[in-house]
Amino acid sequence: MKFWIGIAVVFLAALGTALSGANEYFFYAGYVVLTFVVLATAWNILGGYAGYVNFGTGAFFGLGSYSAVVLFKALSAPLALQIVAAAAVGAALGFGVGIMTLRLRGIFFAIATVAILFIMETLMVNWRYVGGATGLQLLRPEVIAPFPSYTRMLFVVMAFLALLAIAIARYVQISWIGRGLRAIRDSEEAAECSGVPTLRLKLFACVVSGALMGAAGAPMPMYLSFVEPASSFSLNWGVSALAMPMIGGTAHWIGPVVGALLLGSIQQIVTVTISNEINVLVVGVLLVLFVVLAPDGIVGLFRKLVGRK
Amino acid sequence: MIFSFDLLFEAILFGILLGCFYAAVSIGLSVSFGLLDVPHVAHPAIMILGSYCTYVVAAWGLDPILSGVVLMPAFFVLGVLIYRFYYETFERRGSDAGVRGLAFFFGLAFIIEVGLILGFGVDQRTVHAPYIGSSLALGEYRIPYRMLVAFGVALVLTFALTLYLSKTFTGRAIKAVAQDEPALRLMGANPVRIKQWAFGIATGVSALAGAMLIIVGPVEPALDRLYIGRTFCVVVLAGLGSMTGTLAAGLILGVAESIVLMMLGASWAPAVAFGLLLVVLGIRPQGLFGR
Repeated sequence: MKFWIGIAVVFLAALGTALSGANEYFFYAGYVVLTFVVLATAWNILGGYAGYVNFGTGAFFGLGSYSAVVLFKALSAPLALQIVAAAAVGAALGFGVGIMTLRLRGIFFAIATVAILFIMETLMVNWRYVGGATGLQLLRPEVIAPFPSYTRMLFVVMAFLALLAIAIARYVQISWIGRGLRAIRDSEEAAECSGVPTLRLKLFACVVSGALMGAAGAPMPMYLSFVEPASSFSLNWGVSALAMPMIGGTAHWIGPVVGALLLGSIQQIVTVTISNEINVLVVGVLLVLFVVLAPDGIVGLFRKLVGRK
Repeated sequence: MIFSFDLLFEAILFGILLGCFYAAVSIGLSVSFGLLDVPHVAHPAIMILGSYCTYVVAAWGLDPILSGVVLMPAFFVLGVLIYRFYYETFERRGSDAGVRGLAFFFGLAFIIEVGLILGFGVDQRTVHAPYIGSSLALGEYRIPYRMLVAFGVALVLTFALTLYLSKTFTGRAIKAVAQDEPALRLMGANPVRIKQWAFGIATGVSALAGAMLIIVGPVEPALDRLYIGRTFCVVVLAGLGSMTGTLAAGLILGVAESIVLMMLGASWAPAVAFGLLLVVLGIRPQGLFGR
């Protein structure tokens, strides 16, 4: 109950700020940070709970963006429909990836996700309808009534998606599904022998994770008024989506949220004050530092600190 | 689409040269990942680092191949350090090494890539040597000398490493550690030191592979992403740890990529390695010459 009140309060706060006179840049940066909250939370459902490392977050994200663009270009579909469609496409790709987990584990699975990422990018590069390698300029539709600007509306939409992702991740974690996934992470053979429906759970995790990543990608073309394959399918999405849960802590749903808020904000500040390259470097260095020094992330550190007192 | 047997022949010829080159850039990974089971996603990044070091050394007037050879000891030490660190932090602690080890090497690859961008910028870099830019005319076919040089070095490298692993004492120990580590421990050998040595060799070879990379074409920091697909495709297709398999797999990839390049164009070429990798993972994960 406390959780749901918290969710409602955060959403109303996001809505309130969007309607207030706060600086436009806040929403511009905040949108990206919230995108990372969705991606990190989605990644953690498969990577953190079940232990399957997905390097191909960009494949889901980019496919989400392109699904939205195709719908927009062909039917001028509204944003909500674009997001739902992107989530469906992401879920379908997730199902395919889930089938792969039948045979592939560990690094083989991780490399296969990189392969999917590059194949998706190549397909989009060669698809003329969506602009090929050069990409496509998009004209934003009129903003819907209460919102003063399109960016503010997207900010609220992404806040909704982030809270939805968090609620799903929390449900997965505290229900029997989460217990099953943790059993798979610790020993898949033992889980199978104890009657855990491993394939069904893995498929579920892949589909949910993929759908959320796809949904997160859908509003991006509208946010940029532009879409192109190289940045949509970048491996950088993958490293961020992996680093944020690792830094925050993979065992608890709050871990990816903490990691994404922290790292996402640092990235926004670094991008503005120094350069775009440095922000990837920050992600890499923090990832390695945490993986080596604090394997349980910030949540783990916090628990240790509280436990000592 | 224009199809002719002449073009196909040329594509296959070029593919064979390219394939040997792919085998050479993958052979380090074949040792570190294939034999030692280290999830070395940073292998291509280290290779690109080798290319840039070659670029720096060659700028003093040294031949690029020679620069690569000169760099090998330094990369050997780098490899030993990386493995030592990996062992102390992940392998020895045991639990959950998989996810964190992968994350570690993934992070390392990004650090190297961004480090290169900060040091050299995102522009493409090339080296100069008499054999770069000219080509050998064989009847109506023209074969660039740079491909021939890479082809030669690749063959030498592959055969040298195959011989080393099968004929020398340390080489056999490396193969033994891949087969049965506890047994090696019972024989009184220290598997960690052998693995460290092997990882050093794998990284040292990457320096030379990097030198070849910059001879074959211009190099940019983000090139390592593309080579994740190519190197892992070759190593998995070969069957983990098989050196002759690496050569065969390299040839298959090279010819496939070259034919796609000819028939469909350059924009489809990156998907070949990744597509082949997915197919192999799906159908025959143990590869052609699996152990």
